[in-house]
Amino acid sequence: MDIYGETFESRLMLGTARYPSPDVLKAAIAASGAQIVTVSLRRESAGERAGQAFWDIIRETGCRVLPNTAGCHSVSEAVTTAQMAREVFGTDWVKIEVIGDADTLQPDLFGLVEATRVLSEEGFKVLAYTTEDLVAADRLVEAGCRVLMPWGSPIGSARGLNNVYGLRAMRARFPDLTLIVDAGLGVPSHAAHAMELGYDGVLLSSAVALAGDPVGMAKGFRLAVEAGRLGFTSGPLAPRDMAEPSTPVLGLASFA
Amino acid sequence: MHVAVIGAGVAGLASAVTLAERGARVILHERSASLGGEAASWLAGGMLAPFCESESADTAIIGPGLGGIAWWRDRVPDVTTGGTLVLAPPRDAAELDRFAARTKGAGSRLDAEGVAALEPQLGGRFRRGLHYPGEAHLDPRRAMEALAERFVSLGGAMRFSSAADPEMAEGDHVVDCRGIAAGAAGLRSVRGEMLILSSREVSLSRPVRLLHPRSPIYVVPRGGGRFMVGATMIESSDPGGVTLRSAVELMNAAYALHPAFAEAEVLEMRAGLRPAFADNLPRVTQAGRVVTLAGLYRHGFLLAPDCARKAADLILGPEEGPESETP
Repeated sequence: MDIYGETFESRLMLGTARYPSPDVLKAAIAASGAQIVTVSLRRESAGERAGQAFWDIIRETGCRVLPNTAGCHSVSEAVTTAQMAREVFGTDWVKIEVIGDADTLQPDLFGLVEATRVLSEEGFKVLAYTTEDLVAADRLVEAGCRVLMPWGSPIGSARGLNNVYGLRAMRARFPDLTLIVDAGLGVPSHAAHAMELGYDGVLLSSAVALAGDPVGMAKGFRLAVEAGRLGFTSGPLAPRDMAEPSTPVLGLASFA
Repeated sequence: MHVAVIGAGVAGLASAVTLAERGARVILHERSASLGGEAASWLAGGMLAPFCESESADTAIIGPGLGGIAWWRDRVPDVTTGGTLVLAPPRDAAELDRFAARTKGAGSRLDAEGVAALEPQLGGRFRRGLHYPGEAHLDPRRAMEALAERFVSLGGAMRFSSAADPEMAEGDHVVDCRGIAAGAAGLRSVRGEMLILSSREVSLSRPVRLLHPRSPIYVVPRGGGRFMVGATMIESSDPGGVTLRSAVELMNAAYALHPAFAEAEVLEMRAGLRPAFADNLPRVTQAGRVVTLAGLYRHGFLLAPDCARKAADLILGPEEGPESETP
């Protein structure tokens, strides 16, 4: 998986919030094989060094940190949060979320494009949490974004891929861009489905953190992401309407 | 045996009482000028809810937690054993199923009539719920005061405005119950924010947890028309005041539970820091004559009695006789 020119073996990114304990979080990260974890700056680490202990725990995992702007509802909030994240985490990566609707946590695409433009001009490498809207995707790419993160379904809804047609069209429209399904995945088969569509990776959070056994679920998703990727790269059969015999017909008795 | 206990939060009070009950001569040092001045315990919910907590906590807390309920009932007045009611707004009903599954059937399912039978004022507003009958709650401040009185009546000495150092404190043994201030290796802070409301209209007889996918909140009746609403969980050591966002979330949840909370008076709005280790479980450790009791996280009142017993066992040897609990 390519993120702004850096290559990662693992195609699974993991959120770090809402685990039963930091120990369970660490075990889940290990079981998932994730090399990139997201951290929400806004609340977990608000204020100078206030979240230092938790930040130390994240750093011990050895994962690359992708700060996000979760909970931001305006361009200026997102931009300020991204600037704080660059200071705190020492990275120019940022996952931009600008929430437009409090109930669905649907991204505000207009604010997202604007925040992406401002931050790209400041040298940030932006990963944009967006929908499968192709026009918005075009605008994000124009604004400097090279990693698009369309939703599978609303954040935390565990509904899987709501609009398979839209996600497939997005993959087809941007064959060379890194595309990662973010949000809405609930079970490993959802992740496998996204990977079979040709997505470069998936981002998971509550599906793992709130599972009865987060470590077991993390492993399940790791296997599903690998399975789905192999399904995509190994030339899958296209569906057809009629049966096709899978055993050889050679040597059958002839009654002609 | 002379023992110095440092820190008069719930851990220190429970330790001091346990040691005094078992015959030790105990001095309890508290750096504040009065009880609860800087203790996280003073801001606690006071829910004794081992089954509900096991939704997200290690199930290892259930046994010691049930022992904790019995301990409090034997020592302080006003421990209410009405269980816990767990509710969800209709559109978040899936959260109830998730909660029931995580707590492994410890709660019984309620329909609208069942909810109304337990909490008449919530009847008609919530059509489904869960009841955890084995759980209890207390008023943390009254409970701490009652423990302090019991400690003094057992011959213990309270020293306020006394910031004793565990290495320097006099006594054969020292129990370090300073919490965050102890600075134990691996101990971190989990910030929590809470409200205390006063309402003459709302009446509840047990803690109510309102499930929500993003901000689960509980309301605990304190008697006399007072209600504690808590609590946020933020990975931060920022001791500053309650943020507007947290206040809005807490207030929204109270309002969603009962619209009459809209007219409630906000008596208090405070933030505190919970000490926690990486597994969110408490530890009782010994180094020389100092026993350290730390990391009670959000389970101070639930688990302090068990931790206090372990600390006393380290100092006085395991308790003998029929009262001794299973290890």
